[in-house]
Amino acid sequence: MRTVYAVSGGVSKFTKARHDKTYPAIVKEAYDYALTDIGLEHPQFFELVDGTVASYFSDHFARQLMAGIIAQDYLGMCPKPSHRVEGGGATGGICFQEGWKAIASGYMDICLCYGFELMSHVETWKGNEFIALASDVSFDYPVGGFYSGYYAMMVTRHMAEFGTTVEQMAHVSVKNHINAYYNPYAQKRNRYTIEDVRNAPMVAWPLTRLDICVMSDGAASTILCSEEGLAKLEKAGATIPRPLVKVTGIGRGTDAMRMADRPHQSYEDFYRYNALPNEMDDDSRAYYKELWDKGFRYPGVHSFRAGRMGSREAYKNAGITDPLKEIDFVELHDAYTSSEIQTYEDMGLCRYGEGGEFAASGKAFMPGVDYGLDLPEEPICSVNPSGGLIACGHPVGATGLMQAAFAIWQLQGTIGKHFGDPTLQVPDARCGAIHSHAGTGTYVTVSILERG
Amino acid sequence: MSDKKEIVNKKEETLGGYVLHNVPFPRELNEETLALLKQMEPILIEQPYSITYLHSYGQDSPFFAGLSNKVFIGCREPETGYTYATPRGHCMYSGKETEWMRFPDEGTIHAFTVCHFGSEEFLPECPFILVLVEFEGANTLFLGRLLGVDPDDATTDWIGKKVKAKYLRLSKFKPTDVYFVLAKE
Repeated sequence: MRTVYAVSGGVSKFTKARHDKTYPAIVKEAYDYALTDIGLEHPQFFELVDGTVASYFSDHFARQLMAGIIAQDYLGMCPKPSHRVEGGGATGGICFQEGWKAIASGYMDICLCYGFELMSHVETWKGNEFIALASDVSFDYPVGGFYSGYYAMMVTRHMAEFGTTVEQMAHVSVKNHINAYYNPYAQKRNRYTIEDVRNAPMVAWPLTRLDICVMSDGAASTILCSEEGLAKLEKAGATIPRPLVKVTGIGRGTDAMRMADRPHQSYEDFYRYNALPNEMDDDSRAYYKELWDKGFRYPGVHSFRAGRMGSREAYKNAGITDPLKEIDFVELHDAYTSSEIQTYEDMGLCRYGEGGEFAASGKAFMPGVDYGLDLPEEPICSVNPSGGLIACGHPVGATGLMQAAFAIWQLQGTIGKHFGDPTLQVPDARCGAIHSHAGTGTYVTVSILERG
Repeated sequence: MSDKKEIVNKKEETLGGYVLHNVPFPRELNEETLALLKQMEPILIEQPYSITYLHSYGQDSPFFAGLSNKVFIGCREPETGYTYATPRGHCMYSGKETEWMRFPDEGTIHAFTVCHFGSEEFLPECPFILVLVEFEGANTLFLGRLLGVDPDDATTDWIGKKVKAKYLRLSKFKPTDVYFVLAKE
């Protein structure tokens, strides 16, 4: 595999409704930003780019089949090669990885990844219906298809298994909303307290409105290239910031669409198939043995095996053996506060069952930001420094690429330039992970980006 | 859970309720008025979209026939005995075709939620309770509705409670032809 560089990114301001432009024109904003940032104009880039990957989730939201080619056309990318990818909430992450594959395999030297979703063209509850159609239409959807409901069932099981509390979940909401206060791209820039989160209208017990991400209109893009592609861009006059950002590993996992079908594996199978290198020590083995003795089974409905397998593969490819110590920040798919907690565990930032405590510990918070909380520990690995999906919004096909753009800026050390405020710059960020997640944990991608 | 009452201070936005056949436009087109068009507010129109699908339950059809006859059947891998509470024509481990087996009418609550909002289709039914039900001896769960408890009394203590299957007298041929109530302990 060849080295892949992530050289630029662009994000449209995510908002509840962008009626001022059509979706191709919003994609153009994200593309133009990424181009302008490296000092190129479209005709120059067009001469060099080998192809593109388009990302959007829902033909229902778009009410336009083949929406990808319309964006490709509007960007002026025809007749370059392109294809559309779709994998629910992980669509953007899959797009990023398909771009990576095109470069790593030698098929392309320069690849543009772009993604979008316009969710405001239907009313919110119809939008929820569209999203719920991404669950089994024979056995899940007709029972009361509602994604917040599916995730709330995972929460109640997580609470019963591990004693996770709603206040621990609310810590995630406070953190991500207050982070977003310093991110001009975010849809919701509000300061909330634990009480605000718990007092917000109940959506699906125990998840309140402030435990759940919002629907958005938006687009994002990233430019990936090989060593040769980098030389071509610079020869054409591009100014690629140093330090360069490399994509050092990708990983992807899957699981059964119907949550009811998730296996309940044995301790031995967990250690055979799913454990991370940092869980191989005697202490972790004893911890997990005790969990299994109490009746814990893996993954059940409380854990995302796809997220674990995506992490495991990405860490292996990037040579990461102790994620909490080696990764400086994570932009992960916090569609729900609870799924951020579940994902801490999948990604090995803590062990299964420790996510609630980890959420309230302070370890995943940003240094130097006042959250109005009494946090017992110092930040170690900032999770969702941008504000995540909960505060930035979740225009599905754009989300994973938004994470990639923010991660590129973190590793370049250019957050201050792009956000107009350096507060969210993770100090001395050398290694970041982006995590994109679909369905009830059906497709999950994890990509590792590093300075280098 | 908070008992704070929500005071609504924002009117809900809904579609519909207007007919529009024209909008203001410059009478004379010149450099200045053409440039002003860049400042025009976007035009939004409604596009209704309605479809009736003919959905086939395919190999899962006997399950729905069973519900309409007040019988809950699931699937079992014939050699390993791996048992699916939600029907599945082929085993995810062996790849072999499963066989039908009758399930008991009693199970326990594995996980649950109370939906206070929902997708458009289910909004009129809010609040409703979703449960993932465990059946003894089955390796997988079944998603259903729980009735007969107060949605405002949600507590994780509901997990592990025994439930009993009940069936609609008039089948709709949907998985909600079966629903659950708490069983007498």
